Formats: sequence, C-alpha cells, structure tokens
Amino acid sequence: MGLSKEELARLETKAHDLRHSIVNTVLFAGSGHIGGALSALDIMVMLYYHFMNHKPGDPHWEDRDRFVLSKGHAGIGFASILADLGYIEKEQLKTFNLTGSKLGIHLDSNRIPGVDASTGSLGHGLSIALGMALAARQLKKNYRTFCILGDGECDEGSVWEAAMAISHFRATNLVTFIDRNQYMIDGNTEEVMKLEPFAEKWRAFGFDTLIINGHSFNELHTAIEHALVASEKPVAIVCNTVKGCGVNFMEGNYKWHYGAINEDVAEQCHRSLDQYYEKRVQEKGA
Amino acid sequence: MAGGISYTVDETTKLSTAEVYAKALSDLALQDPRIVVLTSDLAKSTKIGVFEERFPDRFYNVGIAEQNMFGIASGMAKCGLIPFTSCFAVFTACRGLDQVHTDICYQNLNVKMIASHAGTSFGQAGTTHHSTEDIAIMRSMANLTVIVPADGLETANAVKAAIELNGPVYIRINRGFDQIVNDGMDYGFQIGKAVQLMDGTDLTIIACGSGVFQAVQAARELAFSDGIKARVLNLHTIKPIDREAIMKAVQETRRIITVEDHTIIGGLGGAVAEIIAEGGKACAFRRLGLQDAFSPIGLHEDLMSYHKIDANGIIETTRALMKLDFEEDDNWEDEV
Ligand SMILES: Cc1ncc(C[n+]2csc(CCOP(=O)(O)OP(=O)(O)O)c2C)c(N)n1
Repeated sequence: MGLSKEELARLETKAHDLRHSIVNTVLFAGSGHIGGALSALDIMVMLYYHFMNHKPGDPHWEDRDRFVLSKGHAGIGFASILADLGYIEKEQLKTFNLTGSKLGIHLDSNRIPGVDASTGSLGHGLSIALGMALAARQLKKNYRTFCILGDGECDEGSVWEAAMAISHFRATNLVTFIDRNQYMIDGNTEEVMKLEPFAEKWRAFGFDTLIINGHSFNELHTAIEHALVASEKPVAIVCNTVKGCGVNFMEGNYKWHYGAINEDVAEQCHRSLDQYYEKRVQEKGA
Repeated sequence: MAGGISYTVDETTKLSTAEVYAKALSDLALQDPRIVVLTSDLAKSTKIGVFEERFPDRFYNVGIAEQNMFGIASGMAKCGLIPFTSCFAVFTACRGLDQVHTDICYQNLNVKMIASHAGTSFGQAGTTHHSTEDIAIMRSMANLTVIVPADGLETANAVKAAIELNGPVYIRINRGFDQIVNDGMDYGFQIGKAVQLMDGTDLTIIACGSGVFQAVQAARELAFSDGIKARVLNLHTIKPIDREAIMKAVQETRRIITVEDHTIIGGLGGAVAEIIAEGGKACAFRRLGLQDAFSPIGLHEDLMSYHKIDANGIIETTRALMKLDFEEDDNWEDEV
C-alpha cells in the first residue's frame, strides 16, 4: 500500500517545518553542517514520523526501533527532529554549539535522550547498528535498526567490514541508507575518491540494493516497506539526494558542507525553502 | 635537503596555525622534491589545500580513509619519499592508530604526521573530535618524535626540523589561531630542547601547545600581584624529552606545574612526572589538564578556562602550590 494523500501531505509539511528549524539552529549556532543535514532530512522524517516505533517520553524503551546517524555531522538536522518530537526542549536548539550545552555538532548519546549512538567519527555507525540488530536477534526482540551513512563516509574501509558482516549474518532487521548527495568536504565524491559503480558495490557485498530519490516520500516509503519484509538479503537503499536540499544557493555546492550564516543569509534560506516547498507539493501532488 | 624558511610575526599574524604549517610545508617542498602530502578529505579543513594548488602532482587526497592513508604513507616512505599526512589529531592517534603503530612507527619510517584540531581546539564538535589522549598514545610509540608547537612560527620551525630529521614525527597543532608566543623564528628551536621563556626561582611552569601562552600570562601576573618568580618552560618536544631542563627546574625551583590541553594521564604531565620520579629529588608537583575526564562541548577558550589550563587556572594552582612546604625533613605530614 502506498502512502495516503493525507499522510504524504503531513510528511511534506513536517519536512518543510524542520528545514526551517535547521536553518534557525544553524543561525543560533553561528555555523553548521547544513548541506548534509538538509540532504538527509527526508530520510529521517520518513523514519521518525512514519515507520519507527519509539516513545519520546521513554527514550530508553527496550523495544524501540534503533536509529544510528552514522554521518554524525548531520546532527544539526537530527536535533530539530528530536526537539520537535519532544526528546529535548525546543529551546535547547538555541544553545546548539554554545559552551556548556548538551548539543554540539555531533549528537552525543551520553547527553541527548533519543540518540542511540555517539557518532561523528565516520565509519563507525554501521558496525554499531549491526550490533544492535544482532542483539535484537539474540534477545528475541522485534525492533528494527536503521542506519544512515554519508556517501563520502563510504570511503572508510570499516563501512565495508560492516557491510560484509551484515550480509554474512543476514541481518535483515537492519536497513542501511546511503545519503548519496555526491559531495564530501573537499568536493565531488567522484573527484576526491571515486565511489562508482556504487550500488554495484553494495550488491557485490550481498545486499538487495535499491536506488531511489531520497527526497521522495513515496519512493522512500516503497523502499522501506520492501526492506522491512526482507528475509534473505539485507537491504541497502542508495538515496539520491541533493546536498543543501531546499536552499537554492546551497544545493549541490559543497562549500556549504559546513557554513556560517547570519540573519540575512538565514532570511534568504527561509524564502528559498518556502519556494521549494511550493514547488515540491505541486510536483508531487501532495 | 631542506634549505631554509624564515617568516616574521607580521607575515604570519593573519594566518591560523594550520595556515602557517601549510605555507611552511609548501615553501620547503620547493626545496625538497621528496616531500609529498596526503590527506583524507581534509584539504580544506587542515588548510593544506594551498600545497595542492602549488604541487598538484605531489598531493594525494585519499578520501575519508585514514587507515588507508597511513598505510600508503608507509609505502611511500619505504621508497624514499617524505610523506606528510594532514589529518585531525583524533583521527591520526585513534582512527588510524594500528597503521601508525605498525606500518610507520615500528618500521621507523620517515612519515611526518601533522595532527590538527588537537586538544579541545575543535571544542564545539564534541568528544568524537576532541583529541585529549593523543600525546599519551603517540608518546608511547617507540621511534616517534612528538612535537606540540605553541604557535604558528613554532609550527613552521617544527615542520622544518621534522624534514631534517630522518624518522617518524608527530606534530600536534590546534584548529584556528593560537596566541603568539614567539616573536620570530630565530629563538634556537631544537627538537628535544625546551625553550625557557621566563626565568624564575619560586616555581617552574612547564607547558606545551596552547598552554604555553597561558603559562607566560600567569607568570607575568604572579610576578606583578604576588611577587612570585615563576620560570616558564615551553616543552614543545614531548619526546625525546628534555630531562636536563626538567631536573634543573626541580633543583632550582622545587615546585613544578605542568599545563597541557590534554588529559593529565600520560601526556606532558605524565612525561614530566616520570622524569621527576626517577630524578630522586622531592618537589611539589601538579598536573593541569583534563582531570581524567572527557571534555564538555564549547569554545576552545571557554574549555581552557573550564579545565583550568588558562592563566587563571594556573595562577590558582600556583598559589596553592606555594603554600606547600618541601624542606628536607622527617615530617611526612605535609608532603604531597
Ligand atoms: C573518521 C573521520 N574522518 C574525517 C572526518 C571529518 N569529516 C566530517 S564530515 C566529512 C565529510 C563527509 O562526507 P559525506 O559522508 O559524504 O557526508 P555529507 O556530504 O552527506 O555531509 C569529513 C571528512 C570525520 N568526521 N570522521
């Protein structure tokens, strides 16, 4: 079953609000990893607002679905979701990056309820996620584990060690997303360190690999539904995304991997996001 | 062989420490064709991108793959090149450590590791990016020289000295700008030799990296407000350590404080403690640094103050230390 019109509209509005919240948080912090936060956002929205079983009031609930943001620098996007869901106070976003704050660039599971793993050192998350998935099997629990990797992050050999082990252990209760936004810090992934043929690599490692538009809730929905019933091969979802998605002057510009914004720039971001939303709901018929 | 570089403070005030490193290395590379640079998607962040502009065919960006980078550097060094790796400190001393240990240090290869964003200098990024154990880790590697420059010009000196030395070197620098300690490059920088920045007889503050400027500030303030004469040693080389300067300080001042943007376990403070303990002379001793803890999140300067490794923290500890009595007596009650 596809997404209902109402559900699609709800997700679109949510993503739109959260994009504004990300811009505001970057403004509070003075700077931030805005590009990669905006590219990964729709995947996180799809998970947190539609698929995942979780209880903001009980962040340590044993049966919750687990989420590992392996590309931890997108924490500034994840934080807006946690604030919206009530894991943390919305006001806390105003302290992002400030001395003594619990919220720094990379969200820390020791400090922030709702964060399942302290990430930030790239190439760790998928192994941690696999551990969670294997624990579910061991403990006879039905929770699922979701992990989002950056594409540049996949340069790390440890990602492929985890990939090999996921298919070896047939951890089909783990869904791997790759935010394929084509950029890392120093430039385009194909220029810095060629990843292509990328999906083929995941296939060769034993994954049922889907390639989708990571900004389409319909495509995300179908892919995740498919992944959740997998029983033979674990599923990897290569999400084609746009770094800086929604802000026209940031889109596809790797200089906005990490950037500083002031009130004026924030204003431009907000305007651009509104236009983006209009266009998106028209095109997608939400 | 590397010839020379000479920069003035004026030429470098507008450059962050990493920018001075990148400039120095690029200038020296002009004189030594063996120098190559490797980075792991950190050309922009570690400022070494300028080297790529000047020597595109001597520059290798391996992507986000530190272990791979250190392995490649090892192979290059085995074949006569002088590879400089340009990476964050935490990803050098932790993420790539097995390769650093076995492929570089054990085989005593001529790899120079420039480790940026050290200590809490990337404070806002949190624990995954703080590097507060790296001195301890790297100091324990046989064959490795460990240098923690206090500012940009000292970094330039360290880079130059590292090229002249045959063997692996770890140079630990901060993100952003350091306060200026040295007003030029000609102050006799020598690997393994501490630089005495102030003389004094009441106590010695031994510091490295960002602690050095704070130590000088503290010593000035202490002289002014308390009449305490503090000696300040910039112990820029943690290994090989300047045993002589440390023991001289013990004998002549009997009170020692170490200051580092690093855990007090195993780093500068640990290294100095080993020398003092084996030296057999009693002295009052305190290590300032992270007190066996991970750091909170925040701006570097705020975290320096939180961890009491800024001038105020040093002054506070000095005052406490001056109250302790270390006469040679049989009374162990007051010994610490
Ligand atoms: C082990 C490690 N090395 C280096 C870094 C520094 N770093 C932070 S983000 C980044 C680029 C990440 O690129 P990608 O995974 O494509 O993320 P995205 O473009 O989606 O933001 C790098 C190199 C890090 N956080 N961890």
